Amino acid sequence: MGIRERLSGNEAAAIAMKQINPDVVAAFPITPSTEIPQYFSTFVSNGQVDTEFVAVESEHSAMSACIGAESAGARAMTATSANGLSLMWEMIYIASSLRLPIVMSLVNRAVSGPLNIHNDHSDAMGVRDAGWIMLFSENNQEAYDNLLMAHRIAEHKDVMLPLMVCQDGFITSHSIENIELLEDEKVKAFVGTYHPEHYLLNDKEPIAVGPLDLQAYLFEHKFQQGLAMKNAKKVIADVSKEFEALTGRKYEFFEKYKMDDAEQVIVCMNSTAGTAKAAVDELRAQGIKAGLLKIRMFRPFPAEEVATALKNAKSIAVLDKADSLNGAGGALFEDTISGMYVSNIHVPTVNYIYGIGGRDTTVNDIKKVYWDLQEISNTGNIGNPYRYLGLRG
Amino acid sequence: MSDLIEIRWHGRGGQGAKTASLLLADAAFNTGKYIQGFPEYGPERMGAPITAYNRISDSPITVHSNIYEPNYVVVVDDTLLDAVDVTAGLKPDGAIIINSTKDGDELRSHLKGYTGKVYRIDARKVSMETLGKYFPNTPMLAAIVKVSGIMSEEAFLEDMIGSFKHKFAKKPEVIDGNMKALEMALKEVTEV
Repeated sequence: MGIRERLSGNEAAAIAMKQINPDVVAAFPITPSTEIPQYFSTFVSNGQVDTEFVAVESEHSAMSACIGAESAGARAMTATSANGLSLMWEMIYIASSLRLPIVMSLVNRAVSGPLNIHNDHSDAMGVRDAGWIMLFSENNQEAYDNLLMAHRIAEHKDVMLPLMVCQDGFITSHSIENIELLEDEKVKAFVGTYHPEHYLLNDKEPIAVGPLDLQAYLFEHKFQQGLAMKNAKKVIADVSKEFEALTGRKYEFFEKYKMDDAEQVIVCMNSTAGTAKAAVDELRAQGIKAGLLKIRMFRPFPAEEVATALKNAKSIAVLDKADSLNGAGGALFEDTISGMYVSNIHVPTVNYIYGIGGRDTTVNDIKKVYWDLQEISNTGNIGNPYRYLGLRG
Repeated sequence: MSDLIEIRWHGRGGQGAKTASLLLADAAFNTGKYIQGFPEYGPERMGAPITAYNRISDSPITVHSNIYEPNYVVVVDDTLLDAVDVTAGLKPDGAIIINSTKDGDELRSHLKGYTGKVYRIDARKVSMETLGKYFPNTPMLAAIVKVSGIMSEEAFLEDMIGSFKHKFAKKPEVIDGNMKALEMALKEVTEV
């Protein structure tokens, strides 16, 4: 029946790592994810985990150490935010191309500059094409649950890709909330032991990791990475079903909140989805058919499934917590509308850039978006598709 | 979520307003509630105004934003009354609790015409008499529990013994003083 607790998002992530008990954790502290390696190092010194904790001198080294550990055949984890992820950039691609199922807790924060420590999704969006599976979490519970599922997904033989679990910096990472934890032994049984097929410390099968890969092969290897990402969809669905059987908590590619008859729909990720649920409830009480599609699985992107889920809407707003600064909308917007177009589904859809650098997003802000959508539904006029929410005029 | 109670804390860096909000969340959690406790992070430094928040409810809380229309406001330092708009959005059927020695008329003169209830507690006196040092957050925690009625005083005190034993595991000598501070604060807080 689980353990009723109250934890911050960072505590939840650290507890998940403790229960997973990986072979190696390599991390360098950066706000707002600092507490994760901080708490975890306490577990190490208290002997609560067997993990080799590598207190590296930079995030580049953190990811390098994880790559070394995973190549050797170990299970490795790390945590970071914003500029820490930026400094990992080179190694992020190497981790995925070497097909190393490293698991990262990414506590989302604005990438400098100018310097800002607060939440947006610019760090995650910077690595959206790097070949990592990316799961987003509305609250501490989802950050915890997604981490417990992470290794089962990443290490599956049809996948073998690194995976990051995102949650909103400060908003959930530093907010104490209710959470239901699994018992240690149940986590241990669910996560299981990692048995890599090929690894450097296997003296019966000497291999090379990361050799030169020129015109003759790189293309095929990238194709295989892409294929693994496609395979990840089924594995994520299967692992999530197994997790649901264990915990009663249902996870799909995305959560449909009051979508059955929804006419005005918001698509968003992470903590804003919770705020949007409150807005949906208030508007539903007034007879407005508001609905919410909360993306959990951003990479691989469930393009076809999202398009199908949105096909009966009258108007849609996609909320991006990072500005792609391209004059053509944010990343989630682009993925959503391209998925709809390819599926030959055409619903008036607009984009809102919001919450940049920790700008607070309230229930009333979200309600304004639904009212804008009603206007679009009523008039059929999209107006400017590239909008901002909460931007001072 | 009609049972939702929203609380905003105003303090100065180092006075423990954030800790108090987390302790309140803990205590409410232990009585079976759904809770949120979170600070508004800025450039924290000793003495700078800080804000922290609580949401407490009988049903799950999904909203993740700051609180703009609180039921209760707790002011840990009355020098903030002129520096911060402490009653901003405060519901008239709610209350504000101020750590002060000033009289009711003077306090109200700083509250921009707030029509709701105003409570005062001299947290310095409580803290000095029970702890021998000035830690205003413990008395303020008791004051908000008393005024808001989130839980019974007995349940609160019982729960706090456990919290303090955990929090002060390495200096158990301060547990008694903190418990006395809570008990005294529950009696001292008065409507003005």
